[in-house]
Parts: sequence; structure tokens; C-alpha cells
Amino acid sequence: MIDAVGLHKTYRLKKRQVHALNGVDLHVESGEIFGVVGQSGAGKSTLLRSVNLLERPDSGTVRVGDEELTSLRGSRLRAARRGIGMVHQHFALLSSRTVAGNVGFPLEVAGVSRSKRATRVGELLELVGLGDKARAYPSQLSGGQKQRVGIARALASDPHVLLSDEATSALDPATTDSILALLRRLRDELGLTILLITHEMDVIKRICDSAAIMENGEFLESGRVLDLIGTPGSLLARSLFPLPDNGGPQSVVITYPRSFDEPFMSELTRRFDVDVNILGGGVEQVAGQSVGRLSVDMRGERRREALSYLSEHGLLVEEAGK
Amino acid sequence: MTINPADVLVLAQEGNAVSAIGDFLADWPNMWPSLWLGTQDTIYMVWWATVFSVLVGLPLGVLLVATDRGGLIPAPAVRAVLSAIVNIGRSLPFIVLMVAVLSLTRFLVGTTLGPTAAIVPLSIGAIPFFARLVETSLREVDRGVVEAAHAMGTRKFTIVGKVMLPEAMPGLIAGLVMTVVTLISYSAMAGAIGGGGLGDLAIREGYQRFNDHYLWATVILLIVIVQVAQSLGDLLVRRLSRR
Repeated sequence: MIDAVGLHKTYRLKKRQVHALNGVDLHVESGEIFGVVGQSGAGKSTLLRSVNLLERPDSGTVRVGDEELTSLRGSRLRAARRGIGMVHQHFALLSSRTVAGNVGFPLEVAGVSRSKRATRVGELLELVGLGDKARAYPSQLSGGQKQRVGIARALASDPHVLLSDEATSALDPATTDSILALLRRLRDELGLTILLITHEMDVIKRICDSAAIMENGEFLESGRVLDLIGTPGSLLARSLFPLPDNGGPQSVVITYPRSFDEPFMSELTRRFDVDVNILGGGVEQVAGQSVGRLSVDMRGERRREALSYLSEHGLLVEEAGK
Repeated sequence: MTINPADVLVLAQEGNAVSAIGDFLADWPNMWPSLWLGTQDTIYMVWWATVFSVLVGLPLGVLLVATDRGGLIPAPAVRAVLSAIVNIGRSLPFIVLMVAVLSLTRFLVGTTLGPTAAIVPLSIGAIPFFARLVETSLREVDRGVVEAAHAMGTRKFTIVGKVMLPEAMPGLIAGLVMTVVTLISYSAMAGAIGGGGLGDLAIREGYQRFNDHYLWATVILLIVIVQVAQSLGDLLVRRLSRR
């Protein structure tokens, strides 16, 4: 749905140049939630703004759907932007307009008649659970409610793509949960494609199907979250699941998708003659699937062989001290 | 500080304050026809100067913001020129500006005397003043909101009309009130060169003919007019503030 190829963008500050985008390729499948995570200054924001051309990349192309945005200007670019919703970290609502006035704004700009607007605004507010707040002003709403208004506004012109710029970063944990749940539900119900940027690993873990880690204007890693979890040495997996510190030098953390139903523990002890002692474990939800995590203490002559056997079978093996 | 007994004696001889106020009030009906005329002239001058200040100052203020780096239509050279013009207008004392534009006034109005002629220098003086206030208010508008409007595919003209100006409205109204109050004070100065209005009255009757009653009366009327303007403005600002 979103295809960006070879994006470069350089800012010239007083003395030095900043490569905000340094050859980024981004592919977001239709209907997926793609998260870009990174520290501030990594270039996430520039990347997101390149997709609807709020920032025009110095080079590279951006396609959304079957339109090449980078070739558009003026009224055709504005028309294309109406097909891409955007949600902002600080909500960016018009303080002089009511909730209904804010949600109706994109329709007003697109020249939709007043009566059609009123109907659509009503639907959108119901969709985000703010049916009773139509006549309130943004200053009378909580952060979470403001973001719901922002989301309703972003959906007003029936976009296929939603861009989320740190949508939950200004919210408390409970509100963050409800907003993430809302985004996920909207994806499921409306078939939206969502590209989000965040600095919170938790957001990736909760709702993203695919993810990329960004640093210094480049993707260090990108792919489907479940695949990355099974990839040894994956930065993303390591960031999503920091190693527990309850193990000794011999401890190993094994991460596996729940669908993995081979009895690997007993197989290990049988085949490689190692002693396995379970230190801890749990199941976490990642990309809508359960992922198991086991922290074990493993000893024996053939420990190394046992671990590589696990890796070969698609489990993520992380050793303490490495 | 020392008190000179002679001064105290003079004060006592001049009669007490109560009788002075009594004299003033007794004189009021005699003064009223010319005071009322002066008030009308002042309101007339200030009204039209305000209209022209908004008509020219508002677009000028918008342009100052829009042409700035990171604005809607970045054009640093244009901005520098506009800004310089505004600064020139702002740096001239009003009394000098009035004299400096006399020939323009004569060209536009046909005379340099009377309230209609005074509208020309008043407008020229207030336009840059209001433009700067507009600029300041517009800069207060959240950049994120403007960006959001771009992301929704909004035309630049619409962004000014439907985002920037409505969002800045309380500040714009406050700026307008400040401009009106400044114009009232300028209009009194216009009286010095025969512009008419309450200032004219204060100078001709009060200063040149030593009639203190006229001086007091004009002061009172000017205070009332400013208070009314300021209160109406404050009311409007409170009504419009949704933050």
C-alpha cells in the first residue's frame, strides 16, 4: 500500500548537515500496522512526513496505493493527501472549533455539503466513542478524548492509509492502551493500512504486524515482528524482550511462537544429554499472537549443540552475558 | 520637602475644591454642544481609521507571517521589504507623521483640515501598528494545527481563512482594541494641527483660551470613550477564547 524507495533528505543547519533520511526503503502491505521505532532525531518524523509529502524528500519516490505522490504538486497533491489520514502527537485540533467542527473540517475543505457533513461527523464520533461530545470544545476534553477526535478527523475523508505521529506519546499508560486498541479495531473494521512512528517499544509489541528500527536516518532492521522475534541477534527482538536478570552465567532465554508445538525441552535432554532447569517463563501478546518466553539454566557437555539445534528450529536463543 | 506658607495661602484664596466642581458642572450645559460635536468627530475619525487599519493592516500582518521562513509562502526578500516599511511607519512619532503626510492628505481629501483629513494620517499611523499586532497573534497559532491542515489537503488561502485567523481571533480582537485606543489618543493629537474632535477642543478652548473647564470635560469624555472601547473588546475576547 505504501512503497517508498531510496528516500534521502538532508537538512542544512548552520555549520553541519543532518541526514534525516539516508536511503530508506519502506514497504507497508495493505491492511497491516507498520511501526517505525527509534530515538528522537533518528529521522522517524521526517520519514512519516515524507509519505504525505509534508516534507518532500531530496530524492526517492513515494507511492501510496497506485499513485506516485512524489510526482504530484498543487491541487493533485492536495487531493491525494485527502486519501491519507494523519494523527498527531499533540492532537493538533482547532481550539476555536467544537469537536464536530474539527471532525468536519476535512470534509468542509473537500467541499462536502453541510447536511452530508453532519451525518458523517455523527457516524465518526460514534465510531471513536465520542457520540456525546459533538458540541464540546477541545479544551474541555481529556488527552485521550482529544486523540479520539484527532482519529475521527483523520478518518473523515475515508482514507485507506492512516499515518500516526507518536499518537500515544502524550498520553498516560491506560489511555495509551485504549487508543492502541482503537487503532487496531479500526484497522480490523475498516481495512486501514496504518504507518506509525513511536519511541515506545511497547507500541510495537502491542499492535504492530511489521516494524523497523531506525537510527541516523536508516533502517537498521525491518520485517514482520513475528519473523524478527525468531531471528537470532535481532535488535528488535532484543529491544522488545530485554533479558531477565534472574539467571546465572549458564542461563539462556528462549523465545518461541505459541504455535510451536514440538516438545523441545524433553527432546533436548534426550538428544544432547543436557540438564535443563526452568528459571521463569511467561506468554506475551505480540502482533496479536502469543509468544512464549522461557528463561532456563542449561548445563552439560553438549550445551552448545543443543542451543544451535533450537536456533535452527526457528526459536530465538539469547544467552546471558552475550 | 518643605511647605511654603505662602503656597498654602494661595490655595485657600482660590476657593475650595467643592465649589470648583460646582462651577464646572454649572458650565457643562454651555459646553455640551461643542463637546458633543467634538465627540462625534473623534468617533468618526477613529471609526474610519480603524476600518482602514484593518483593511490594510490585517493582510499586511498575514503577509509578514506567511512570507517568513517556514511560512505558507516563504519569501525572505519580500518579508524584509514589508518589515522595513512597517518599521518606518512605527518609528515616526505620530505628530511628525501627520505633518510629513500633509501633501498626501491634500491629494486624497482635498484639504488638510477637519476630521476627514485627519483620517489619512491616523490610518497611516495605525496600519503598521495593527499589522505588527496581527503578526504577533498569528505567530501564537500552533504550528501543528497548520501542519494538520496541510495534511488534510487544505489550500493555503483556506488555511489562512479557516485555521490561522479563527485560531488567532482572541489575540486579533485584543490587538484591534489596542489599535482603537491608540487611535483615540492619536486623534487628540490630530487636533493640534486642526484635525477636529475632542483634542482640537482641548487645545483651542482649554489651552489657548485658558478655559480649564473645557480641558477637564475633554479629559473625562476621552476616558469614557477609551473605557467603553476597552470593555467591549475585553468582553468579546472572553467570549471568543476557547483555550
